Amino acid sequence: MIQDKLLFAVLILGGTGGEIAVTYGMKVTGEPSELRPVAVLKFLGRAICSGWFWLGVPLMATSFYALLVLLSWKPVSYVIPMSAMSYVVGTLGAKYILGEDVTAARWMGVCLVCAGVAIVAVG
Amino acid sequence: MGHERRLRIKTLLVVLTMVLCADIGDILLKRGMTQVGAVQLTWPGLVQAFHLTIFNGMIWTGIFFLAAFLASYMTVLSWADYSYVMPAGAFGYALLALLAVVFLHESVSPKRWLGVMLICVGVLLVGQTKPRTTGEARA
Repeated sequence: MIQDKLLFAVLILGGTGGEIAVTYGMKVTGEPSELRPVAVLKFLGRAICSGWFWLGVPLMATSFYALLVLLSWKPVSYVIPMSAMSYVVGTLGAKYILGEDVTAARWMGVCLVCAGVAIVAVG
Repeated sequence: MGHERRLRIKTLLVVLTMVLCADIGDILLKRGMTQVGAVQLTWPGLVQAFHLTIFNGMIWTGIFFLAAFLASYMTVLSWADYSYVMPAGAFGYALLALLAVVFLHESVSPKRWLGVMLICVGVLLVGQTKPRTTGEARA
Protein backbone atom coordinates (compact mmCIF):
# COMPACT_ATOMS: atom_id res chain seq x y z
CA MET A 1 0.00 0.00 0.00
CA ILE A 2 2.78 2.40 0.96
CA GLN A 3 4.74 1.13 -2.05
CA ASP A 4 1.81 2.06 -4.34
CA LYS A 5 1.65 5.58 -2.91
CA LEU A 6 5.41 6.02 -3.21
CA LEU A 7 5.35 4.87 -6.83
CA PHE A 8 2.44 7.19 -7.67
CA ALA A 9 4.47 10.02 -6.12
CA VAL A 10 7.47 9.05 -8.29
CA LEU A 11 5.21 8.79 -11.36
CA ILE A 12 3.59 12.20 -10.90
CA LEU A 13 6.44 14.21 -9.35
CA GLY A 14 9.12 12.64 -11.55
CA GLY A 15 7.13 13.21 -14.74
CA THR A 16 6.10 16.78 -14.01
CA GLY A 17 9.50 17.62 -12.45
CA GLY A 18 11.21 16.32 -15.59
CA GLU A 19 8.94 18.28 -17.91
CA ILE A 20 9.39 21.45 -15.87
CA ALA A 21 13.20 21.03 -16.04
CA VAL A 22 13.01 20.50 -19.83
CA THR A 23 10.71 23.54 -20.18
CA TYR A 24 13.16 25.67 -18.20
CA GLY A 25 16.00 24.36 -20.39
CA MET A 26 14.11 25.31 -23.56
CA LYS A 27 13.39 28.81 -22.22
CA VAL A 28 17.09 29.22 -21.36
CA THR A 29 18.03 28.01 -24.85
CA GLY A 30 15.71 30.58 -26.47
CA GLU A 31 13.31 29.98 -29.33
CA PRO A 32 14.50 29.13 -32.89
CA SER A 33 15.03 32.17 -35.13
CA GLU A 34 12.40 30.82 -37.56
CA LEU A 35 10.27 27.69 -37.93
CA ARG A 36 12.29 26.16 -40.79
CA PRO A 37 13.95 22.71 -40.57
CA VAL A 38 17.55 24.03 -40.42
CA ALA A 39 16.78 26.63 -37.74
CA VAL A 40 14.79 24.09 -35.69
CA LEU A 41 17.59 21.49 -35.95
CA LYS A 42 20.13 24.11 -34.81
CA PHE A 43 17.83 24.98 -31.90
CA LEU A 44 17.48 21.28 -30.95
CA GLY A 45 21.27 20.92 -31.09
CA ARG A 46 21.65 23.85 -28.65
CA ALA A 47 18.79 22.54 -26.48
CA ILE A 48 20.30 19.10 -25.87
CA CYS A 49 23.50 20.77 -24.64
CA SER A 50 21.49 22.29 -21.78
CA GLY A 51 22.04 20.77 -18.32
CA TRP A 52 18.34 21.29 -17.58
CA PHE A 53 17.46 18.98 -20.47
CA TRP A 54 19.69 16.24 -19.01
CA LEU A 55 18.17 16.78 -15.56
CA GLY A 56 14.68 16.37 -17.04
CA VAL A 57 15.30 13.24 -19.11
CA PRO A 58 16.27 10.88 -16.23
CA LEU A 59 13.38 12.23 -14.13
CA MET A 60 10.95 11.44 -16.96
CA ALA A 61 12.58 8.03 -17.47
CA THR A 62 12.17 7.24 -13.75
CA SER A 63 8.55 8.32 -13.94
CA PHE A 64 8.00 6.07 -16.98
CA TYR A 65 9.58 3.13 -15.12
CA ALA A 66 7.25 3.78 -12.16
CA LEU A 67 4.32 3.73 -14.62
CA LEU A 68 5.41 0.35 -16.00
CA VAL A 69 5.74 -1.12 -12.49
CA LEU A 70 2.35 0.29 -11.43
CA LEU A 71 0.73 -1.13 -14.58
CA SER A 72 2.10 -4.54 -13.65
CA TRP A 73 0.51 -4.27 -10.17
CA LYS A 74 -2.77 -2.45 -10.79
CA PRO A 75 -5.39 -2.26 -13.56
CA VAL A 76 -4.85 0.39 -16.23
CA SER A 77 -8.30 1.85 -15.41
CA TYR A 78 -6.92 2.74 -11.96
CA VAL A 79 -3.37 3.81 -12.89
CA ILE A 80 -4.13 6.18 -15.79
CA PRO A 81 -6.93 8.17 -14.05
CA MET A 82 -4.62 8.56 -11.02
CA SER A 83 -1.78 9.68 -13.30
CA ALA A 84 -4.10 12.35 -14.79
CA MET A 85 -3.37 14.23 -11.53
CA SER A 86 -0.14 15.18 -13.32
CA TYR A 87 -2.10 17.92 -15.11
CA VAL A 88 -2.94 19.60 -11.80
CA VAL A 89 0.52 19.05 -10.25
CA GLY A 90 2.19 20.24 -13.48
CA THR A 91 0.09 23.41 -13.48
CA LEU A 92 1.03 24.08 -9.83
CA GLY A 93 4.70 23.58 -10.80
CA ALA A 94 4.30 25.92 -13.78
CA LYS A 95 2.81 28.58 -11.50
CA TYR A 96 5.17 28.35 -8.54
CA ILE A 97 8.43 27.15 -10.14
CA LEU A 98 8.30 28.60 -13.66
CA GLY A 99 6.38 31.72 -12.58
CA GLU A 100 3.63 31.35 -15.20
CA ASP A 101 0.40 33.28 -14.78
CA VAL A 102 -2.30 30.62 -14.45
CA THR A 103 -5.65 32.37 -14.86
CA ALA A 104 -9.00 31.02 -13.64
CA ALA A 105 -9.90 30.03 -17.25
CA ARG A 106 -6.68 28.05 -17.58
CA TRP A 107 -7.30 26.31 -14.22
CA MET A 108 -10.80 25.40 -15.31
CA GLY A 109 -9.47 24.04 -18.60
CA VAL A 110 -6.81 21.99 -16.82
CA CYS A 111 -9.40 20.50 -14.42
CA LEU A 112 -11.71 19.56 -17.34
CA VAL A 113 -8.80 17.96 -19.22
CA CYS A 114 -7.79 16.08 -16.05
CA ALA A 115 -11.36 14.75 -15.57
CA GLY A 116 -11.64 13.95 -19.30
CA VAL A 117 -8.40 11.93 -19.36
CA ALA A 118 -9.53 10.01 -16.26
CA ILE A 119 -12.93 9.21 -17.85
CA VAL A 120 -11.33 8.19 -21.18
CA ALA A 121 -9.07 5.75 -19.29
CA VAL A 122 -11.97 4.23 -17.32
CA GLY A 123 -14.37 4.21 -20.31
CA MET B 1 -1.51 40.93 -37.72
CA GLY B 2 -0.69 41.74 -34.07
CA HIS B 3 2.21 40.14 -32.22
CA GLU B 4 -0.14 38.42 -29.75
CA ARG B 5 -2.28 36.95 -32.54
CA ARG B 6 0.77 35.73 -34.47
CA LEU B 7 2.14 34.11 -31.30
CA ARG B 8 -1.20 32.35 -30.68
CA ILE B 9 -1.43 31.03 -34.26
CA LYS B 10 2.23 29.89 -34.23
CA THR B 11 1.74 28.11 -30.89
CA LEU B 12 -1.50 26.41 -31.95
CA LEU B 13 0.06 25.25 -35.24
CA VAL B 14 3.08 23.71 -33.48
CA VAL B 15 0.85 22.11 -30.78
CA LEU B 16 -1.33 20.64 -33.54
CA THR B 17 1.78 19.29 -35.32
CA MET B 18 2.94 17.83 -31.99
CA VAL B 19 -0.40 16.12 -31.34
CA LEU B 20 -0.74 14.82 -34.92
CA CYS B 21 2.83 13.42 -34.92
CA ALA B 22 2.29 11.69 -31.55
CA ASP B 23 -1.01 10.11 -32.63
CA ILE B 24 0.20 9.05 -36.09
CA GLY B 25 3.35 7.63 -34.48
CA ASP B 26 1.29 5.64 -31.94
CA ILE B 27 -1.04 4.28 -34.64
CA LEU B 28 1.87 3.27 -36.91
CA LEU B 29 3.58 1.52 -33.97
CA LYS B 30 0.34 -0.30 -33.19
CA ARG B 31 -0.03 -1.38 -36.87
CA GLY B 32 3.64 -2.38 -37.04
CA MET B 33 3.47 -4.42 -33.85
CA THR B 34 0.27 -6.11 -35.12
CA GLN B 35 2.26 -7.18 -38.21
CA VAL B 36 5.06 -8.46 -35.95
CA GLY B 37 2.52 -10.46 -33.92
CA ALA B 38 2.22 -11.16 -30.20
CA VAL B 39 5.69 -11.13 -28.62
CA GLN B 40 6.58 -14.28 -26.68
CA LEU B 41 8.26 -13.41 -23.38
CA THR B 42 11.05 -15.97 -23.81
CA TRP B 43 14.63 -15.30 -24.95
CA PRO B 44 14.12 -16.76 -28.50
CA GLY B 45 10.74 -15.02 -28.72
CA LEU B 46 12.27 -11.64 -27.80
CA VAL B 47 15.16 -12.11 -30.27
CA GLN B 48 12.74 -12.99 -33.08
CA ALA B 49 10.51 -10.00 -32.24
CA PHE B 50 13.57 -7.71 -32.23
CA HIS B 51 14.57 -8.90 -35.72
CA LEU B 52 11.04 -8.53 -37.08
CA THR B 53 10.76 -5.08 -35.48
CA ILE B 54 13.97 -3.57 -36.86
CA PHE B 55 13.10 -4.65 -40.42
CA ASN B 56 9.54 -3.31 -40.23
CA GLY B 57 9.10 -0.09 -42.19
CA MET B 58 5.84 0.78 -40.42
CA ILE B 59 7.63 0.79 -37.04
CA TRP B 60 10.47 3.00 -38.35
CA THR B 61 7.93 5.44 -39.79
CA GLY B 62 6.19 5.45 -36.39
CA ILE B 63 9.52 6.18 -34.66
CA PHE B 64 10.14 9.03 -37.15
CA PHE B 65 6.77 10.59 -36.22
CA LEU B 66 7.45 10.19 -32.49
CA ALA B 67 10.84 11.92 -32.96
CA ALA B 68 9.01 14.73 -34.80
CA PHE B 69 6.61 14.91 -31.83
CA LEU B 70 9.55 15.35 -29.41
CA ALA B 71 11.15 18.00 -31.64
CA SER B 72 7.91 20.01 -31.89
CA TYR B 73 7.26 19.63 -28.13
CA MET B 74 10.73 20.99 -27.28
CA THR B 75 10.35 23.78 -29.85
CA VAL B 76 6.97 25.02 -28.61
CA LEU B 77 8.18 24.99 -24.99
CA SER B 78 10.95 27.42 -25.96
CA TRP B 79 8.37 30.23 -26.09
CA ALA B 80 5.00 28.97 -24.80
CA ASP B 81 3.93 28.28 -21.20
CA TYR B 82 4.17 24.71 -19.93
CA SER B 83 0.72 25.16 -18.33
CA TYR B 84 -0.60 26.02 -21.84
CA VAL B 85 1.14 23.29 -23.87
CA MET B 86 0.55 20.42 -21.41
CA PRO B 87 -3.30 20.53 -21.31
CA ALA B 88 -3.50 21.55 -25.00
CA GLY B 89 -1.49 18.42 -25.82
CA ALA B 90 -4.26 16.32 -24.23
CA PHE B 91 -6.24 17.06 -27.41
CA GLY B 92 -4.23 14.08 -28.67
CA TYR B 93 -6.49 11.76 -26.65
CA ALA B 94 -9.53 13.14 -28.48
CA LEU B 95 -7.85 12.88 -31.87
CA LEU B 96 -6.61 9.37 -31.09
CA ALA B 97 -10.17 8.23 -30.37
CA LEU B 98 -11.22 9.55 -33.82
CA LEU B 99 -8.21 8.02 -35.59
CA ALA B 100 -8.77 4.67 -33.82
CA VAL B 101 -12.37 4.61 -35.09
CA VAL B 102 -11.46 5.65 -38.65
CA PHE B 103 -8.20 3.75 -39.25
CA LEU B 104 -8.17 0.87 -36.76
CA HIS B 105 -11.98 0.32 -36.83
CA GLU B 106 -12.06 0.18 -33.02
CA SER B 107 -15.29 0.92 -31.15
CA VAL B 108 -15.37 3.73 -28.60
CA SER B 109 -17.79 3.57 -25.66
CA PRO B 110 -20.18 6.48 -24.85
CA LYS B 111 -18.30 7.05 -21.58
CA ARG B 112 -15.06 7.49 -23.53
CA TRP B 113 -16.76 9.97 -25.90
CA LEU B 114 -17.87 11.93 -22.79
CA GLY B 115 -14.24 12.05 -21.65
CA VAL B 116 -13.19 13.17 -25.14
CA MET B 117 -15.79 15.96 -25.00
CA LEU B 118 -14.54 17.17 -21.60
CA ILE B 119 -10.96 17.20 -22.95
CA CYS B 120 -12.04 19.23 -25.99
CA VAL B 121 -13.88 21.82 -23.84
CA GLY B 122 -10.87 21.98 -21.47
CA VAL B 123 -8.46 22.46 -24.39
CA LEU B 124 -10.73 25.18 -25.86
CA LEU B 125 -10.71 27.00 -22.51
CA VAL B 126 -6.91 26.77 -22.21
CA GLY B 127 -6.63 27.84 -25.86
CA GLN B 128 -8.39 31.13 -25.02
CA THR B 129 -5.63 32.12 -22.57
CA LYS B 130 -2.33 33.80 -23.49
CA PRO B 131 0.21 31.23 -24.76
CA ARG B 132 3.08 33.07 -23.05
CA THR B 133 2.80 34.79 -19.67
CA THR B 134 6.49 34.84 -18.73
CA GLY B 135 9.24 37.03 -20.23
CA GLU B 136 11.36 36.31 -23.32
CA ALA B 137 14.21 33.73 -23.21
CA ARG B 138 16.08 33.71 -19.89
CA ALA B 139 19.56 33.41 -21.42
